[in-house]
Amino acid sequence: MNILVCLKQIPDPEIPARDFRIDAERREMERDGANLVTNIFCENALETALQLRERVGDARITVLSYGQPSAEDSLRKALAMKADAAALVTNEGNPNPDPLAVARVLAAAIRKLGAFDLVMTGREAGDWGAGQTGALVAEELGLPCVSFVDSIEAAGARLLRLKRQTDTGWEVVEAEPPVVVTVTNDEHNVPRIPKVRDVMMSYRQPLTKWTLAELGIDADEARAGNSYYEVAELFIPQKETRCEFVTGDTLDEKVEAFARRLVEVTRAL
Amino acid sequence: MNDVLICLFASAGFDKSARGLAGAGRRLADELGANLRAVVIGSEADALAHEVARVADAVTVADQAELAEYQPETSLGALALLCKELQPRAVLLANDTYSQELAPRLAHRLGGSAVGDAVEVRAGVEGLRVVRQVYGGKAQAVIELKRVPAVVWLRARSFAPAEPRADEAGTITRAALDVQPLARTRIVERVREGGGEARLEEARVIVSGGRGIGGPEPFAAELKPLADLLGAQLAASRAACDAGWVPPTWQIGQTGKKVTPELYLAIAITGASQHIAGISEAKTIAAINTDPDAPIFKHSRFGIVADYRQVVPLLREKLAALQK
Repeated sequence: MNILVCLKQIPDPEIPARDFRIDAERREMERDGANLVTNIFCENALETALQLRERVGDARITVLSYGQPSAEDSLRKALAMKADAAALVTNEGNPNPDPLAVARVLAAAIRKLGAFDLVMTGREAGDWGAGQTGALVAEELGLPCVSFVDSIEAAGARLLRLKRQTDTGWEVVEAEPPVVVTVTNDEHNVPRIPKVRDVMMSYRQPLTKWTLAELGIDADEARAGNSYYEVAELFIPQKETRCEFVTGDTLDEKVEAFARRLVEVTRAL
Repeated sequence: MNDVLICLFASAGFDKSARGLAGAGRRLADELGANLRAVVIGSEADALAHEVARVADAVTVADQAELAEYQPETSLGALALLCKELQPRAVLLANDTYSQELAPRLAHRLGGSAVGDAVEVRAGVEGLRVVRQVYGGKAQAVIELKRVPAVVWLRARSFAPAEPRADEAGTITRAALDVQPLARTRIVERVREGGGEARLEEARVIVSGGRGIGGPEPFAAELKPLADLLGAQLAASRAACDAGWVPPTWQIGQTGKKVTPELYLAIAITGASQHIAGISEAKTIAAINTDPDAPIFKHSRFGIVADYRQVVPLLREKLAALQK
């Protein structure tokens, strides 16, 4: 089975709100000083792929990223987690490509990499959180797509059983490959921590690098701007709420006051 | 050509989400001087179609056998066919699983642009403009959609419903679509969790626990009886769900459920921005936390700084006494 996992490198979303700044001109988060990490849902996708490989035995996992040269670190980490091969498309075009621009680049790279039974992405990324990459890659490749998957089993030679989360519970989806899935988190696909030795080894493994031109994509056109959507404004909303801490000499009095406030709110319902 | 189209799944009925979606669609159509059309997909669509027709100008029911139950490829194909026929300028959907799954693909098939999780939609200079949270709720962005149609999935429960039309109801017609039921993906099992409890998104009071709860047992032993006293539903932060203490369907936040209760009681939840992103439309937030500097208090109307293990048993006593 041939599996491809898309990985996105993003500024660490765990950055405390007080350190979060906006670059007004570029209309994005200020990048200075922010740690770069692999988007968690992409790592959940890779972990899901690794577990699937462990179950079926005969499977090969390729990881792919489109981003700044630093995205190589995300791919090296994936190799250390025991992905089999890695490819990076360096973005020398638009610094903030929209979801369709990203999907077109990924789809072009996937076609060039070969035939895949399963193409996986995270459900969304912790920076812009658009939640469209997997779906648009599927459309670009002309493949079906299943979203919010948290585990995958092989159910025969040409059939996959996908478990996916819904608003009200979960569903089982049978899919004939090739198929695109977007992956969400649950307690079973928490990404493994690579061994130190494997991290060091990963820097000696081959890694394919392509420019946009090598994928037949015009970098000048990409730089010219987005055709799908554009971020017109970006701002930090101001919160006005002032918390009233309940008072009292003892915990009992404080809890009494807290209970009264709760009852005030719920009684009106 | 100028119409606004809302897409609803019959299975959910005219819930808070559907009412918000209809309200958002009505106001956008009025702003654009356009008609509001609706598509209702799925079996037993009549009741919902009649409710929606009190707000929309025209409703199309797509309830043929192949569309009775949601299947990703079939339902997407049907929606794309309908949109190609109706040629709307904007397509609005709610933020349920199925709508989120379909929206970007629908936009792609129609040559349009999609954006999701909108808390505001309005006509821009060129295309539609949408306000949404980004960076895990730390910032808000205004996104301008460049292509037509604009396909937008909304945080529908945050939108006010529309007043029913004063004049006669909108028309209801049935579509007969040439859909392809044979697809390479098929939903073969649908499981509801929470044993018929109301959906979290519909809850008026929510009691929610975080990492500081410390394990699965206190959710059952401490939080559940408290929730029962308040007529509340239980929920949790991502940390508590990822730890496997409670089901993932309980998760509130940027990547979990976005809820709009009248009261949200956060217990042992720090209030990372990705969690706040799921409760920013809650009317009143109250918090119990040991750390007075926990970010959750910055979003709370009132709070108590103490260990929940001491507070909750006492709080249950007090509430029971006050409610007598």
